[in-house]
Amino acid sequence: MRRTVITSILAVIAFTLVFGLAYPLAMTGISQVVFHGKANGSKITVNGKLVGSSLIGQSFSRPVIGRNGKPKLDEEGEEVLAPDPRYFQPRPSQSGYSGNATFFSNSGPNSVEEREAVREALAAYVGLEKPFDKSLTREGVPVDAITMSGSGVDPEISEANALIQAHRIAAVRKLPLSRVEGLISDHTSSRFLGVFGEPGVNVLQLNLALDEEAPIK
Amino acid sequence: MAQGWLQVAIFVGVVIALTPLLGKYMARVFAGERVFLTPVLGPIERFTYKVLRVQPEEEQDWKAYAKSLVLFSVFSWIALYLILRTQGIHPFNPEGFHSGPWDVSFNTASSFVSNTNWQYYGGETTLTYFSQMAGLTVENFVTPAVGICVLLAFIRGIIGRNGPGLGNFWADLTRSLYYVLLPLSVIVGLVLVSQGVVQTLSGASVATTVQGAEQALAMGPAASQIAIKQLGTNGGGFFNVNSAMPFENPNQLTNFIELLSIVLIPAALTYTYGKMVGRQREGWSIFAAMLAVYLAFILVIIPAEQHGTPAQHAAGTPTAAIDGSTGGNMEGKEQRNGIAESALWATTTTVTSNGSVNSAHDSYTGLGSAVPMSGLGTSEVVFGGVGTGLYSMLLYVLLAVFIGGLMVGRTPEYLGKKIQAREIKLVSLGILVTPLAVLVTAGLAIATRAGTRSIFQHGPQGFSETLYAYLSQANNNGSAFAGYTGFIQPNAPGNVGAYGISFADLLGGATMTLARFLPIVLILAVAGSLAGKKVSPAGPGTMRTDTPTFVILLIGVVILVGALTFFPALLLGPIVQSLTTQLF
Repeated sequence: MRRTVITSILAVIAFTLVFGLAYPLAMTGISQVVFHGKANGSKITVNGKLVGSSLIGQSFSRPVIGRNGKPKLDEEGEEVLAPDPRYFQPRPSQSGYSGNATFFSNSGPNSVEEREAVREALAAYVGLEKPFDKSLTREGVPVDAITMSGSGVDPEISEANALIQAHRIAAVRKLPLSRVEGLISDHTSSRFLGVFGEPGVNVLQLNLALDEEAPIK
Repeated sequence: MAQGWLQVAIFVGVVIALTPLLGKYMARVFAGERVFLTPVLGPIERFTYKVLRVQPEEEQDWKAYAKSLVLFSVFSWIALYLILRTQGIHPFNPEGFHSGPWDVSFNTASSFVSNTNWQYYGGETTLTYFSQMAGLTVENFVTPAVGICVLLAFIRGIIGRNGPGLGNFWADLTRSLYYVLLPLSVIVGLVLVSQGVVQTLSGASVATTVQGAEQALAMGPAASQIAIKQLGTNGGGFFNVNSAMPFENPNQLTNFIELLSIVLIPAALTYTYGKMVGRQREGWSIFAAMLAVYLAFILVIIPAEQHGTPAQHAAGTPTAAIDGSTGGNMEGKEQRNGIAESALWATTTTVTSNGSVNSAHDSYTGLGSAVPMSGLGTSEVVFGGVGTGLYSMLLYVLLAVFIGGLMVGRTPEYLGKKIQAREIKLVSLGILVTPLAVLVTAGLAIATRAGTRSIFQHGPQGFSETLYAYLSQANNNGSAFAGYTGFIQPNAPGNVGAYGISFADLLGGATMTLARFLPIVLILAVAGSLAGKKVSPAGPGTMRTDTPTFVILLIGVVILVGALTFFPALLLGPIVQSLTTQLF
């Protein structure tokens, strides 16, 4: 018994040193040297300033300005945000695009809250895009545009979603639609081996490319 | 949807192709033979034996084997609990997190030492890098290795001819760790980093977004842990939303690699088994039974998720696939994974004991969520956990042999060993401990006020959350209907919802530990009982266990036990939800 106890304790210590320190630290060392950018979060800097990560979605909403010229507040005193029409809009997020506290929406399949959330998102989407894309119908709204993503920071939207928004962007930015569609296809990821997963359009990278193409004055 | 089926077909093809390759390699490792890594790892292996003061050739009988295993796990538990309780004073803590409270630390320690990786904490909001590495990553490695040890001891009991020896626990543990889990983790980990999974010791970076808002980006040594989290059927995410988080699973390639890693070792172990018993067909027939159930689950879940939920239909939202969009129930799913890869993952992670997720199971359709629950309900014998899946399946094999023997009126035999009353008693206990633990704990949690406090959703979904929580914990899975105790978000210190709820912490922790180690001891006892038996040559009356007939019998037994145990409970949750358009 005593011998087994000693061996057990020694094993816990030894394997903690090997797998808890040597292994992760060695992996960190290799990664920092070989894949420096990727290992540190695929960060994007513009003019020397960190604007985000190409892997982490961010909000493109802005505060609504009230009649008094100040940002409108809701009942809890938080600023009311609305989508900025000059940018492609990402998927709805339950966490407000938090990059350091992720959680699921956990909306159930038979929940009234889910019905209301989806209904609102659908109305908002049609309300924002319909003026620019007259052919848009409720049936034509891609489902990713009105459901919360898993992470709350999904960096991508579907191609269908991006192509609908392209009408608005082209009108607001005064760009030819074909140019906007070209930018979309430049920022669309492909399936792995052409088979696995779904293609998606990276919203942050697309919007940054848009700002370069047609800067906002 | 054709695209979805093609993904499934190719994925399954890859699993089948890799099974013999890795299976053969592992058989050599476990026999102590030379492999291509021996020149590098041999010296480290021998040095480890010296440090541990063990003789790798020393045979242990089932009691000695069990004693080593249990004591090692007890000290692992204590070490992890102490690390979590004192993490505030450790290095590698750039965010300045505090030490964990006793109840959630109890749950987390039990969770990781039992290979469950159930998470009542939020990774990026409560744990230091030291706890993630020296605490959790270590358990991510040693617990699947312990699973392999139990399997090896069991196999040696089945084939043993020379007395009660089942091998040496310390040698099996060390070899599994160094020759199987470590090299695969290094490869998978580096591939993940190359695609954007973070691996750094620096703290969160604060970005100023295009709109001028602040966005903190959580960092950490994630890839090294995620690799073994997938390979060791662990499943505990570095980040709260697990592999839905782009920093944990950034693109279509990493999703494929992580998905493959879940099932790679459990599948290959069936081949290793065939090799060890000297009859390759025995391994393949078990593989075939597993694959058949797996495919049946996938055939249900993908169309279910593609259909969308009653809530979405009630809101008048389109769920049909259109050009450039997958359609379906995308609530809680990531664009890059879509419906098929999310549903395939949900199935794979619950038929095995992995429990990592790349989408929110709580938001699955009724029928869609019945699949993960059924995967858990079959006690994870469809590939199952690393080691645990196959040894649990072998219990079902013995039970099927016994039932088959009764039907034809012969003494049941398996691979030449008579299966008698003592073995069948132990086997039945081993099979029933887990379902019993699920039903008792889920019953307690649904019947008490303290238990129902953890529920997030109304109506049958609230029941499903509870049932899923205890199915998952008792089966050492770790996936969740994350609304359960997760309703006060984010999971942060000082937040009541952050650390679960004491009742759920304690009941869950106790269940995970009991349902891990009681079956293990029973299985080792069966192995000990079989080890001493004489091998009788196969005669014309011997029931063969490598035929399609036996595969069907085996599937029947697995489904029978699972269905009889859980059908009433499933009726109250997912099945009622899939039959109604009523909203709650």
